[in-house]
Amino acid sequence: MKTIEMTCINCPMGCALTVNIDGDNINVTGNTCPRGAIYAKDEVTHPTRIVTSTIKVTNGMRVSCKSEHVIPKEKIFEIMEVIRNTEVKAPVKIGDILIENVCDTGVNVIATKNIK
Amino acid sequence: MNYDVVIIGGGPAGLAAAYACKKEGVESILIIERDDKLGGILNQCIHNGFGLHTFNEELTGPEYAQRFIDKVINEKIEYKLNSTVINISDKLEVTYVSKNDGLCTIKAKAIVLCMGCRERPRGALNIAGYRPSGIYSAGTAQRLMNIDGYKIGKEVVILGSGDIGLIMARRMTLEGSHVNCVAELLPYSGGLKRNIVQCLNDYDIPLFLSHTVIDIKGKDRVESVVIAEVDENKKPIKGTEKEYKCDTLLLSCGLLPENELSRMANVEISRVTGGPIVNDKLETSIKGIFACGNVLHVHDLVDFVSSEASLAGQAAANFIKDNKKQGNTIKVIPSGGVRYTVPQIIDVDNMVDSITLRFRVDNVYKNKDIVLMLGEKELAHTRKRIVAPGEMEQMKVDKKMLEGTDLKEINIFLKEVQ
Repeated sequence: MKTIEMTCINCPMGCALTVNIDGDNINVTGNTCPRGAIYAKDEVTHPTRIVTSTIKVTNGMRVSCKSEHVIPKEKIFEIMEVIRNTEVKAPVKIGDILIENVCDTGVNVIATKNIK
Repeated sequence: MNYDVVIIGGGPAGLAAAYACKKEGVESILIIERDDKLGGILNQCIHNGFGLHTFNEELTGPEYAQRFIDKVINEKIEYKLNSTVINISDKLEVTYVSKNDGLCTIKAKAIVLCMGCRERPRGALNIAGYRPSGIYSAGTAQRLMNIDGYKIGKEVVILGSGDIGLIMARRMTLEGSHVNCVAELLPYSGGLKRNIVQCLNDYDIPLFLSHTVIDIKGKDRVESVVIAEVDENKKPIKGTEKEYKCDTLLLSCGLLPENELSRMANVEISRVTGGPIVNDKLETSIKGIFACGNVLHVHDLVDFVSSEASLAGQAAANFIKDNKKQGNTIKVIPSGGVRYTVPQIIDVDNMVDSITLRFRVDNVYKNKDIVLMLGEKELAHTRKRIVAPGEMEQMKVDKKMLEGTDLKEINIFLKEVQ
């Protein structure tokens, strides 16, 4: 059995959640609404995030970018390494795929800014 | 030069105001922007979380800005870039300078103030120590990293737990810097819960509440920063000092509406918000000058800036079309935990059926009713499990609640849940 403490992010209450994990059995306490339990279960089973950063453009500018969908949290630094070593050619439009299937996550990194 | 409506600033407020104004049928609109592109501060806010209320999706700052820039361009609204307004008069004359036009004065029929806000600088924080390089306001660091592509430091301490500081803690960590800690003078954070969890907790960055910076060491470049715990009077407690070797200190200690131009036009400024005092049309004390966005009061969410700015744009358009005489007005008086409201004045005769009062509280409170009273009569209340200074609250006021009264004030305050 494992116990994890976390803060709920659904509202300003910021309930202090305690998650007890016993095999497949996940028990959440400390939440004051159902959203807290859902959040805690997701966080301990498959935490995900959107990653945002910037990518070098050959014209010397930088284009801001994001993962098109959420990616597993533990892949963030691996993805950042790929983003850091990528360079793209101008022009770039919002939504253009800059890195396909980044780190085999099945998620693309796309542009969030227009660069002429 | 003459324009019907001149909009000062091409950030989220200016763009939404211009678009709404055009939709009301005003043809002659000019946006004046000092930067080299439209979009304002959103251009450097590359993180996601914008637009949940406006577009029902989570956009990054530049994407959110582009949606409004496209609307402005599709509507063929005129704008000037690299143009800095240096004066506004109460006769509605706007003077700006730019490389292309030189010094120009424009006569407007209405003006919408959309200048936004700026960060509280080190000079306003009274931090002892040398003045080496390596001290940045969080927003400046954000621009240098996200627009210009610089890495600004390796070992970092952040003072202030406002949202920009939290966002920058994550951003710098992702770019390979080590963020030692975030120190916050107050016993609670001014940032959103979500940012504390996803920007600090995710990367094991400690947040020290009731702590401040008491010394900055290093003559040419920051070499270390000393923080200490503070007592209830915000005075450092001896023996609690911690010294962090670092090369960078970020300051995220609050935002100040940028109202130098408003003052030149004799617009009355609220001492609480730092922005103009406005009525329900978001019109300032000077007829024909409207204000919206962060120049009016600092917002947490750009979505609310956009909706407020649309209202100001519409009001400016209506002002030109049919300049109604001011009717019977009621003041909104905040007390008992409510720090301010926007608007501060309601013109009951000319108000629309329902308006939104936006306000902030002065501390963290649990289990309170927010009550709106007209004399002895309760007009409305909302029950809140928690309210905090970092989260703007809002409440609807309907015209039918106020019609026919002789009273000149409504009161808004927090009350224990009965």
